[in-house]
Amino acid sequence: MDSMAAIRQTFFQECEEQLSEMELGLLAMDEGNADSETVNAVFRAVHSIKGGAGAFKLSELVQFAHTFETALDHVRGGKLTPTPDVMKIMLRAADVLADLVEASRDGREINEASYEGIAADVKALTMVDGVEEVEEPIDFQPTVIDFGLPELSVEAAPVANAPHQYRINFTPRSELYDNANEAVLVLRELNRLGTMQATCDASAVPSLDEVDPNGAYLSWSVRLSSEEEIAAVREVFEFVEGEAELAIEADGQAEVSDADIAALLAQALGSTSAEAPNPTPELPVEADKDASALKEEMSPAESPSSEPATVHALSADAAKPEARIAPVPTQTTIRVEFDRVDRLINLVGELVINQAMLSQRVIEANFAGSSSVVIGLEELEQLTREIQESVMAIRAQPVKPMFQRMSRTVREVADATGKEVRLKTEGEATEVDKTVVERLAEPLTHMIRNAVDHGIEAPEVRLAAGKPAEGTVRLTAAHRSGRIVIEISDDGAGVNRQKVLASAIKKGLIPPDAQLSDSDIDNLLFLPGFSTAATISNISGRGVGMDVVKRSIQALGGRISISSRPGLGSTFSMSLPLTLAVLDGMAVSVAGQTLVVPLTAIVETLKPKKTDIHGLGAEGRVMSIRETFVPLIDLGAELGFRDTPAQPENSVAILVETGGGTRNALLVDSIQDQRQVVIKSLEANYGTVAGIAAATILGDGRVALILDVDALVTSSFEESLSGELHYGTGG
Amino acid sequence: MQENGFAANSANNEFVAFRVGAQEFCVDIMGVREIRGWTPATPLPHAPPYVRGVINLRGAVLPIVDLAMRFGLGLTEPTPRSVIIVVHIHQQIVGLLVDAVSDILTSSEASMQPTPDIASDMAKTFVKGVYAVDGRMISIVTLDSVLPINAKAAA
Repeated sequence: MDSMAAIRQTFFQECEEQLSEMELGLLAMDEGNADSETVNAVFRAVHSIKGGAGAFKLSELVQFAHTFETALDHVRGGKLTPTPDVMKIMLRAADVLADLVEASRDGREINEASYEGIAADVKALTMVDGVEEVEEPIDFQPTVIDFGLPELSVEAAPVANAPHQYRINFTPRSELYDNANEAVLVLRELNRLGTMQATCDASAVPSLDEVDPNGAYLSWSVRLSSEEEIAAVREVFEFVEGEAELAIEADGQAEVSDADIAALLAQALGSTSAEAPNPTPELPVEADKDASALKEEMSPAESPSSEPATVHALSADAAKPEARIAPVPTQTTIRVEFDRVDRLINLVGELVINQAMLSQRVIEANFAGSSSVVIGLEELEQLTREIQESVMAIRAQPVKPMFQRMSRTVREVADATGKEVRLKTEGEATEVDKTVVERLAEPLTHMIRNAVDHGIEAPEVRLAAGKPAEGTVRLTAAHRSGRIVIEISDDGAGVNRQKVLASAIKKGLIPPDAQLSDSDIDNLLFLPGFSTAATISNISGRGVGMDVVKRSIQALGGRISISSRPGLGSTFSMSLPLTLAVLDGMAVSVAGQTLVVPLTAIVETLKPKKTDIHGLGAEGRVMSIRETFVPLIDLGAELGFRDTPAQPENSVAILVETGGGTRNALLVDSIQDQRQVVIKSLEANYGTVAGIAAATILGDGRVALILDVDALVTSSFEESLSGELHYGTGG
Repeated sequence: MQENGFAANSANNEFVAFRVGAQEFCVDIMGVREIRGWTPATPLPHAPPYVRGVINLRGAVLPIVDLAMRFGLGLTEPTPRSVIIVVHIHQQIVGLLVDAVSDILTSSEASMQPTPDIASDMAKTFVKGVYAVDGRMISIVTLDSVLPINAKAAA
């Protein structure tokens, strides 16, 4: 049972890959790139899902995949043109397929009514002049004890002038049927390549009382005239590789295929094939054995240089994936449990800390700079850093799968709101830490929903405004100075600032007389308790506002900002760290403690003069930097490390910028250095601390705290929101 | 080790007994991960006074709770003889700063006496019961509400 569960798990893992492959292909087709390779890729993906689903008796999934596959096959066969309307149905069918896979995986109840409409739509695609093409029921299972099978052969005279003639011997083993494959389907597929004549050899079928109901006793010999190359013929058998004895022989084809062994094998099998269409029952079975024996025997031998007819025959076992159409060299990958990677990353984190501690000890021991210890240590440091980077790269994933999911969100929301929206993505190959990808999916979905629901106008409104009826949502990702920047922009109406302002005042979020700049108003969207939707729709008004989005982005160490132009649309821009495990920071001293300020927040460092500091109110202080005044936060006092305010003239000011663009000066005692630190969670054993993002371990083994600049600034200005907004545009 | 096996068989529990100020306490040995010497902790901002800060325990960040302060017995002045008992509390690992570890007791549930009814919040919150050992009174500490975040959840 356990092994079955493992296979099942593998199946669903593969399904995920197939689904993503399918979606990718469909989107390419939607873009008008419906070449045969793309269509084939989609077809293969759906077909594989169907095949696997059959093995696990997931009948709903099989049924739907089959319907879908049939439609795709029509596209492949040129009977159906992938017009935008057709593609719309196809994409929705893809969504349903993904849902069904998910429901099957979680063992959820499948509500057939929920996708009936789409299933009917897909089916309608395959109707030719309103008549559904005749097809056999999909649960067709030929019984092995049925002796009257010859009618399976598809009668057609071989066309003499077809460029390629193939002789194929196909003997399924019982595994083929065990894996829910079906010889008839394979033959039918083969028939599509050209004209073929198939003869069934039932001579191996034992008498009725000796029949194993799960056994496989039939073999077929096929003569095929086709314009297709041998690779295409082989591809038909792609799904039954290793589950059948297979010999494909090309008559009069000059193109040579594989290397020596293949040719030798062909020789071995040639005799077998020669006896077709009446092969003796035992021969095909023996052939495999013979071939492998031959392989061993003859592999060092030279290739026969002059074969009269090029023969390409291989036992199906030996037919390796390179025989498939796709000539693109695929990178080999392995599946590794995520826990193992995490353990490795933790260990490397320890290594980095240990190495830093060792360096410190060496410095304390006062070795000469040229001593071998110091040199060796430098090399170790270099190595450690490289190991760390490589390990981090293991966790890095392209954002592509996440972006693909977004196209579905766009479709769904557009359908629900009656808008026409197209999602354009850029930079899908951009890589970022897996955790970042995972934790980004939800806020991103929310923002995409918002963009379609609130950003893009209804088609008639758009047309009236002189824009195309179809709106565009653009989703881009790019690496920029050690961070990943993700932007979501729409070409909608932009933020309705009057409405936003009125709403914020009505909700008491800002005083009625507040003077706000345009960007201040845009940033009101991020305030907790703010929602512009007059009625709560089930799309964006789930009680989750942009404040939640902002918080989840900030929790990832990221920042989010909005820019909007009336009538032209809005852009949300997020900047996130590439990894959550290390951070570039500036180590500073405050009241005898070492603190780390994330480098990304730092704008500049300054040595304040006494005249730069001005009091404002009872306790507030501001610092003038080139004629602008920014609030001054005395870190030691703010964090409770000391009671008396620091003397600015003996301190260093660090000008920081928050995600919202607010600038503040942090007063610290001194700057130690700039370094990369390993992030350690405070939450794991303690809890969240206001103003502190995480902790790290220093070279001397002590813990240092990493500042959360945004939270620090916000908490220091909690009580005067308008003050914060006022400073938002300063500096 | 033999004692250990014997203790398990007769449904006895082992406790790590320690001293905080002039009073003696103990915790179930199953919850104790290790005992280590005092190292200076990095103070945490906005933390209650009984949280002394965090230290590095082989790569993990470990909060240190001053038990004396937590129990309302005044701030501990850490000395080289001070000890940190590293314990599991739910899913978290916490270090308890105590004056000294005295011994390991083996005792059964049955011999535990209920906490004497006195008007002390500390006793009600942290003491599950008491043992009488050689004329000493050793209070059994429940650790559930030692950390501030758990204290909030419990309240």
